[in-house]
Amino acid sequence: MRRAARLVALALAATGAFAPAAAATEEVVAALSRNRVALTTTFSGLELFVFGAIKRVAPPVDAALDIIVAVEGPTRPVLVRRKARTLGVWANDEAVTIDEAPSFYAVASTGPLSEILSSTADLRHRIGIDTQVRGVDLGPEGAAREAFHDAVIRLRRRAGLYLEASGGVEVTEGALFTARFALPANLVEGEYRARVFLLHDREVADLYVDSIAVSKEGLERWLYSLSREAPLLYGLLSIVVALAAGWAASETFRLMRR
Amino acid sequence: MLIYLPIAEVSVNAFLLLGLGGAVGLLSGLFGVGGGFLMTPLLIFIGIPPAVAVATEANQIVASSLSGALAHWRRRTVDIRMGLVLLAGGLVGTVVGVQLFKQLREMGQVELLVSLCYVVFLGAVGGLMFVESVMAIRRSRRGPPAPHRPKRTWVHALPFRMRFRASNLYISVIPPVLIGFLVGLLAAIMGVGGGFIMVPAMIYLLGMPTSVVVGTSLFQIMFVTGAATLLHATQNYTVDAILALLLLVGGVIGAQFGARLGTRLKAEQLRVLLAGMVLIVCAKLAYDLVATPGELYSLASAQ
Repeated sequence: MRRAARLVALALAATGAFAPAAAATEEVVAALSRNRVALTTTFSGLELFVFGAIKRVAPPVDAALDIIVAVEGPTRPVLVRRKARTLGVWANDEAVTIDEAPSFYAVASTGPLSEILSSTADLRHRIGIDTQVRGVDLGPEGAAREAFHDAVIRLRRRAGLYLEASGGVEVTEGALFTARFALPANLVEGEYRARVFLLHDREVADLYVDSIAVSKEGLERWLYSLSREAPLLYGLLSIVVALAAGWAASETFRLMRR
Repeated sequence: MLIYLPIAEVSVNAFLLLGLGGAVGLLSGLFGVGGGFLMTPLLIFIGIPPAVAVATEANQIVASSLSGALAHWRRRTVDIRMGLVLLAGGLVGTVVGVQLFKQLREMGQVELLVSLCYVVFLGAVGGLMFVESVMAIRRSRRGPPAPHRPKRTWVHALPFRMRFRASNLYISVIPPVLIGFLVGLLAAIMGVGGGFIMVPAMIYLLGMPTSVVVGTSLFQIMFVTGAATLLHATQNYTVDAILALLLLVGGVIGAQFGARLGTRLKAEQLRVLLAGMVLIVCAKLAYDLVATPGELYSLASAQ
């Protein structure tokens, strides 16, 4: 995985994504507190630590240095519906499909993104939350479209799925850094990606990529896949379990009363 | 303790669910009602997706109607033939209801359908119950009521008659099939047993003796909600077994306490209380439909 990340970084460097002067002298390396998350029945979210260092082959360059850490969940299309009043009642009316929206996105940095990151670098690397949510389909134009786009970000922010923490990355002695993220309980399964950007003068100087596998496990995984792959069996099982539990509970109570 | 529900895909406090099951179970034991019509809206209020709330509640009712149906079975207070006729209509109603549910879910309108059904039925049933029990309280102050005698109605003039020995009736099968159909439809769309519709219909429309009414309706409800559970599981993938289990455990315990508490309280006063509660839930749902929501947008996964 790290090797792949290096390759990505090299590829980006080759395409001129990095400021050439800095790329040669400084590199960023990082590690995550975990690369696997199991969504079990009692999963109630967890803290993810990202820690790393800036590797130097020469004395520090004389430029503003910043770090951005972004963690993103699997990207899926999302259907946004808007309610409208019809016959006195609020009902879903217009719907727009946003083609790309990460199910989770958290970005921590050493300062406000607008100050430490140039807008071209932001667009190229898709770092800010705004650049992560994209809709390419047809539908309403202009302001109306914007509203649907903003709704995705607003609703996911409120659900704790989109997070921004400017100042969430702490740098010590100009070489070591840590960032922590609170992953919520309602995570979606899939491959999560963590990106660590080293910035010089608002441009990306180096990039480190790592991944986290998030999967439902144990009873969760079993029930969920059974309900999708063998729904009839799952339905029968639900009924049998419910009947058995109901019967057992009322029998227990009857015995207790004697 | 937060617990992740695999199908609803939300994390909810397990004790909240147990408590909710217990509270609704207490009420159902107290009033002798199924409780589905209170549980489904409450699940929606705490953030369970409506489609999951409806399907899961149907699953819970299968189990909660079992013990009642068994007790009546032992006492031989089930009219099996009538039960089967009601069930025939009920199964057709369930199939139609789940299909309708599926269509509207794809159109994003299922929430509206569920809310509207609840407002209409809770409003009607709560209102009727309130008026009726207030009048009963007044009557009981004046003296014993006149005995109710079954009258010959239009129901007795329809064709396809059948003899129902346990109910001592010789009537057309059309009304019971239609009643069963309506109840099956409601089970699929609202996640209720439908006893609140079926029991009065059996007494006043079909003229069945009160002794077999409850057992027969529980018999039908068990099978109809079972069919609704299976159909929701295969068509909509919305039955959450863990959610159903938690509600059930709370519900059974609550119902036992409720039944014992109920024997110490007066029936008419209980019914006024129940009617009040039903009307409050109805009012809340109606308000949510009409009031301008704080958030106009909602997200769904795009297929």
